[in-house]
Amino acid sequence: MTDDVAIKVEEVSKTFKLPHEKNSTLKSAVINFYKRDRGYDKQQALDNISFEVKKGEFFGIVGKNGSGKSTLLKILAGIYSPDSGNISVNGKLIPFIELGVGFSPELSGRDNVFLNGSLLGFSRNEMKDMYNDIVEFAEIERFMDQKLKNYSSGMQVRLAFSIAIRAKSDILLLDEVLAVGDAAFQTKCFDYFAQLKQSDTTVIFVSHDRGSLERFCGRGILLNDGDIIAQGDIKSVLKEYDKIVMGQLEGSSKTSEQEEKPEKELKQNKSAQIIKVKTYGENKILKNKFNYGETIWIDYEARINEDLVNPIAGVTIWKKNVERPIFATNTLIEGISKTGSFKKGDKIYFKTQLPGHINDGEFYIDAAVSSESGAFVYDEVNNAREFFISGSDNPYSLVSSSSKAVFLKIEPNDNKS
Amino acid sequence: MLKRLFSKQNRVLLAELVRTDFKLRYQDSVLGYAWSLLRPLLIFVILYVVFVKFLKVGSGTPHYAQYLLFGIVIWNFFVEMTMQSLSSIVGRGDLIRKIKIPRWIIVVSSSVSALINLLLNLVIIAIFMIVGHVTPTNLVFLLPLLLLEVYLFALGVSFFLSAAFVKFRDISYIWEVCIQAGFYLTPILYPLSRIPNLLLQKIMLMNPLAQALQEARYVLITKQSTVPGSVFHGSWYQYIPIILVGVALFVGAYYFRKQSKYFGENI
Repeated sequence: MTDDVAIKVEEVSKTFKLPHEKNSTLKSAVINFYKRDRGYDKQQALDNISFEVKKGEFFGIVGKNGSGKSTLLKILAGIYSPDSGNISVNGKLIPFIELGVGFSPELSGRDNVFLNGSLLGFSRNEMKDMYNDIVEFAEIERFMDQKLKNYSSGMQVRLAFSIAIRAKSDILLLDEVLAVGDAAFQTKCFDYFAQLKQSDTTVIFVSHDRGSLERFCGRGILLNDGDIIAQGDIKSVLKEYDKIVMGQLEGSSKTSEQEEKPEKELKQNKSAQIIKVKTYGENKILKNKFNYGETIWIDYEARINEDLVNPIAGVTIWKKNVERPIFATNTLIEGISKTGSFKKGDKIYFKTQLPGHINDGEFYIDAAVSSESGAFVYDEVNNAREFFISGSDNPYSLVSSSSKAVFLKIEPNDNKS
Repeated sequence: MLKRLFSKQNRVLLAELVRTDFKLRYQDSVLGYAWSLLRPLLIFVILYVVFVKFLKVGSGTPHYAQYLLFGIVIWNFFVEMTMQSLSSIVGRGDLIRKIKIPRWIIVVSSSVSALINLLLNLVIIAIFMIVGHVTPTNLVFLLPLLLLEVYLFALGVSFFLSAAFVKFRDISYIWEVCIQAGFYLTPILYPLSRIPNLLLQKIMLMNPLAQALQEARYVLITKQSTVPGSVFHGSWYQYIPIILVGVALFVGAYYFRKQSKYFGENI
């Protein structure tokens, strides 16, 4: 391995055995042994992966859920061992697979600091020297002698993070640490990343977040079903990633031959069939990436398979990781209660516009056609299409309001009157 | 090799894990640490009343109270260490799934807290010996070696059990039964001389725990303790317990090492 390489991964493969029913008792192990039916599926999580990370690089690993990202990271960290292949690490490596590893809810914050520090390789004396800085940075001085279980999750994350950033190592592994914490905490994270980028530390960063990947990483790899399908400059890697994500979404509605067959079978018991949900902008060009403030049109057609009167058509828009829909409408809500009579073979067309100023995020569309009363759903397609909004200057709330805020000072006298 | 095993980082980690174990074990109990001394003492009182006062098991053995207490303390150490180690790997699954630390440190850390308890209990034994006017023999310098033997045997068993427990959760029930049987098969309550059959005595002394316990009692409390040297009449059979300790340590460490690669995915 040449000197400027921090991590070299050569032809690494990893297969998981997924037992149908885990042999966690001796009895089932014995029984299954005699049956010769080991009863597991093999899942190839990584298939012959090779790449190199140079020293001082901020290296991104991108991929959908289940593409093998976390497995790769855990193999790099030495938590899983690969079935075959070789990994050489040049320098001291600290895995931040997660923040607050080893935190014990029954111990005080103070005890947890020392325990966590020892996992990062610090002695008790070194921790004592750093202790005040850590507590100050986490902003929880008052709570240090309370048990961790009484901390809010935000406090726990702040504490874990302020210990973690003390870690001195040549290589850091970061796994979606940004997914936790509030806006203020994320800002701290970003500051820390910016510092890391300036320093000589090699960072391997696994994330879904396009923004932070693009901002910090120079190079990266794209994993799909355990294969590296793109590597190099992070921008080109992210472009390929978009293709996968979109190909997956369009695949569910686009390809006529593949999709048509199951549809035909299903059709018999569906009175209506939603054909394709599309999103497009003002210029009628189909797309699923929008700038903040841009008009977003959603439409679909549905095929009618038996005579219907006054069906209701509608859509629901979900934001990723938000429990309630951010927007929902249908013909009834829009005031079209009499949509008319339809005969077998007719088509309906439904179109709506996303209101207002929705802030950055990933969104999903559910579409449904139901009977006049709403009691019977003719067809329902969940996650029919995904789209993205970016470019808002206030990405922390769901929507931005154009209304002007009012701010005044109220004198005590005014209150009395 | 040893230098790598006991690198600064490993020592720090071991110390911190032991500290955590201690803090967690006795928190929310009023008497706290005193329990690790009180427990064997209370068990001793029960067994002493039942077996010595009513059943007169120990009549004929001098200093039988100390003899019995010492047996209980050693046995307790073995039970505590193996039981804690058994669940140590699974119990620390949060660490194992998320960070790479030498897995053996976890088992060793739970053995260290048992070891500390043993040392405290030995202080109690010393007090009882002073009160009962028991004078150790001039062979007492062998005691640390015998304790080391018990520790190494328990360590080998612990490595095996903790790794096996990751895959087979019934190990804990099986081991409980083994412990219960072992308590009666090891001459803890009764002097070995009460076993009438010489062959049976020999077989029982092949158990490393029995051998170490009997020899420790011999050097510490009374020369009336039956030891392998006298039973086996100097034949090589007397080394079987020592060999067994080596086998337990080797098999345990080997199995643990082989399995530890997969702890991350199996827990």
